[in-house]
Amino acid sequence: MAEANMSSPQHKKMIVSTGPVGQNATVSSRIFDAFNYIFLTLVAFTTILPFIYIIGASFATEYEIATRPMFIIPRDVTVNAYRFIFSSNKILQGFGNSIFITVCGTAINLFFTVTMAYAISKPRLRGRNFFLNMVIFSMFFSGGMIPGYIVVANILNLKNTFWSVLLPGAISAYNMMIVKNFFQGIPQELEESASIDGCTDIGVLLRIVLPLSLPVLATFGLFYAVGHWNAYFGAMIYMTGAKQKWPLQVLLRELIIMSNGSAGDMNNLDPEFVQPPEQSIKMAVIVVSTVPIMCVYPFLQKYFVKGVMVGALKG
Amino acid sequence: MTTKAAERKKLHGTGLRYWVKLRADIKRDRWLYLLLLPGVIYFIVFKYLPLFGIVIAFENYVPYSGVLGSQWVGLKWFQYFFKFPAWVTYLTNTLILSFMNIIFYFPAPIILALMLNEMRSLRYKKLLQTLLYVPHFISIVIVVSITFVMFGPSGIVYKGTEMILGHPINYMGSPDTFRWMIIGQTIWKETGWGTIIFLAALTNVDTQLYEAAMVDGAGRLRRLWHITLPAIRSTIVLMLILRMGSMLDTGYDHLILMANPLNRKASQTLDVFVYQQGIQQGQFSYASAIGLMKSIVSVTLVVTSNKIAHLMGEQGLY
Repeated sequence: MAEANMSSPQHKKMIVSTGPVGQNATVSSRIFDAFNYIFLTLVAFTTILPFIYIIGASFATEYEIATRPMFIIPRDVTVNAYRFIFSSNKILQGFGNSIFITVCGTAINLFFTVTMAYAISKPRLRGRNFFLNMVIFSMFFSGGMIPGYIVVANILNLKNTFWSVLLPGAISAYNMMIVKNFFQGIPQELEESASIDGCTDIGVLLRIVLPLSLPVLATFGLFYAVGHWNAYFGAMIYMTGAKQKWPLQVLLRELIIMSNGSAGDMNNLDPEFVQPPEQSIKMAVIVVSTVPIMCVYPFLQKYFVKGVMVGALKG
Repeated sequence: MTTKAAERKKLHGTGLRYWVKLRADIKRDRWLYLLLLPGVIYFIVFKYLPLFGIVIAFENYVPYSGVLGSQWVGLKWFQYFFKFPAWVTYLTNTLILSFMNIIFYFPAPIILALMLNEMRSLRYKKLLQTLLYVPHFISIVIVVSITFVMFGPSGIVYKGTEMILGHPINYMGSPDTFRWMIIGQTIWKETGWGTIIFLAALTNVDTQLYEAAMVDGAGRLRRLWHITLPAIRSTIVLMLILRMGSMLDTGYDHLILMANPLNRKASQTLDVFVYQQGIQQGQFSYASAIGLMKSIVSVTLVVTSNKIAHLMGEQGLY
C-alpha cells in the first residue's frame, strides 16, 4: 500500500496541501512536524529495539549478559551459543521438522486451494452456489476449539502424526475466494480455445490457467508458508506424544517459556535441558527461528499489504 | 447417440427433461467435479463435522462411545459451570482484558496512522512503515520468548528495574503485571500493521476540503480534527464492531503461553479455561459447553453493536 500511496497523484497533492511547505510554513506547523518526526522515529526504534538487543546478546558471553546491565554490541563476540545450537540434535531436528511442515503444508494448501477455486470459478458448474454458500457459511460459524480437536484426535485418529498439523488448515476460505476471483478474471477465450483443441478441464487448468497465475500462487504460497512456520498450537496439542516431530515453535516454547522458573512446569522438560538453557542460547534460538521470516520479509510486506487492501476494499 | 436422442424424445414434455439436462451437464463437467472433490471433503470433515460436534456440549461425551453413542445430559454442563462462584473470576478476567484492549490498544493504530499520514517525506514514511510492520510476521511464541528473555529474572528489563527501583518486579509471574504484559505485547506486535486499514481509508479524503480549510485559516491540528478524523470515522466504527464481537475472545494461543500458576488469578479467562478443561484435562463436553456459550454471546454482541452503529448513522458491518 505504501507504494500505491506514493504513486497516486492524489496522495501527493494531499501531502502538499495538509500543511504549507517552505517559506509559508508557520511556526506551529513546524513544531507539529518536528514533534511528529521525533515521535514516529522513537516508535519505530522501540519496535525493532528488542530484535537488535536479542541479536547482539546472542553473540555475547554468558558472563557479559550476567554482569553488564545494558548493551547492544557485546564486548567479547562469541559464536558459542550458535555452536551449541547446531550441535544439538534436538534443535536441528526441530528446524528440520519446521521446514518439512512448511514445505509439505504449503504444497497441500496450494493444491486444495487451487483445485477448489478453479472448479468453483466456473459459472456453468451445476450446484456452484451451493458449494459457494457452504464455504461462506463456514467463514462465519465454526464449531470451536474442542469439536475441532475431537475430529482430528478421536475421529480421524491423527494424533502424533504430521497430518494433524498439515490437514486441518488445508484451505483458508478467505484465500480460496480471492484465488477464485482471480481465476474468474482470466479471459474465457483462452480456455475455450484450449478445450476445443481437446483439453479436459484439468488440462486447461494445468496448461493455461496455472502458468498465467504464477504471481498469485507465489503470493498465497507465501501467505500459507508464513502461517505454517509460525504455527505452534496444532503441533502442541496434537503431537504431545511425538517430541521428535515437534517444529521449532513448540521446541522454543519448551526451551524458553516452560523452562522459566515461573512456569512451574519443569517436569515436562527434556533431559537434554535439565538445567534451563543459558540466556545467550535462548537468544540464539530466537534469532535462528526468526531468520527465515526475515529472509522473505521484503516480499511479505509487498504482498501482504496488498492482501489486506483487497479485504478492506471488499468489506 | 441414437439411444440418447430416443431417450430425450421419450422424456419430452415431462419434468424429467430437467434431469436429463442435469445429467448431461454433470457429465460434461465431470473433471471439474473431480477438482472440486478434495475441497468439498475438506470443508465437510474439518468445518462441518466440528459444527455438528457441538452436540457434545449437551452430552456426557466419552471418546470410546463416540459423539452419537454418548449419553445425553441436556443442560447439565451449563448448570455445572454456574454452580461454582469461580465463573465470575473467569468472566471478569476476560472482560477486564477486553476493556483494557479497547482502551489502550484500539486507539493506537488510529493515532499512528494519523501521524504517518501527516509525514511530508514519503521516503522516510516508507522506511518507518517497513520497520513498524516487522513484528506482525513474528510468531507469538517468539514474541513471548523475547518477553521472557528480556523481562524474566535474568533479563535486561528485570535487572534494569532492580537497579532503578532498588527491588525487582516479577513481570512474568505476577497477576498484577500479567494484563499489562499482554496489552504491551499486543501493542508492540500489531499497532504498526493495524495502521494499514486506516491509511487506506485516509487516501480517500477529498483534498479540496484541506484547501478550503486552509483558506479559512485552519491550522494543522484543526484540519486533522475536523477533516482527517471524520474521514476515517466509519472505518473506526467498523473496527470497533468487529472488536465488540470478540469481546469474550482473549485469544488462547497468546494467553496460554503467558499463563502460569503464579499469575493464574489474572490469566484465567474463558478461553484459557476452555483450553485447560478441554485439551489438558479431557473434559470435552464441559469445555464445548463453555465455548458454545461464548459463541452465542459473541453473535449477540455483534448484532447489538451493529444496530447501535446504524442508530449512529453509520453503515456498520452489514
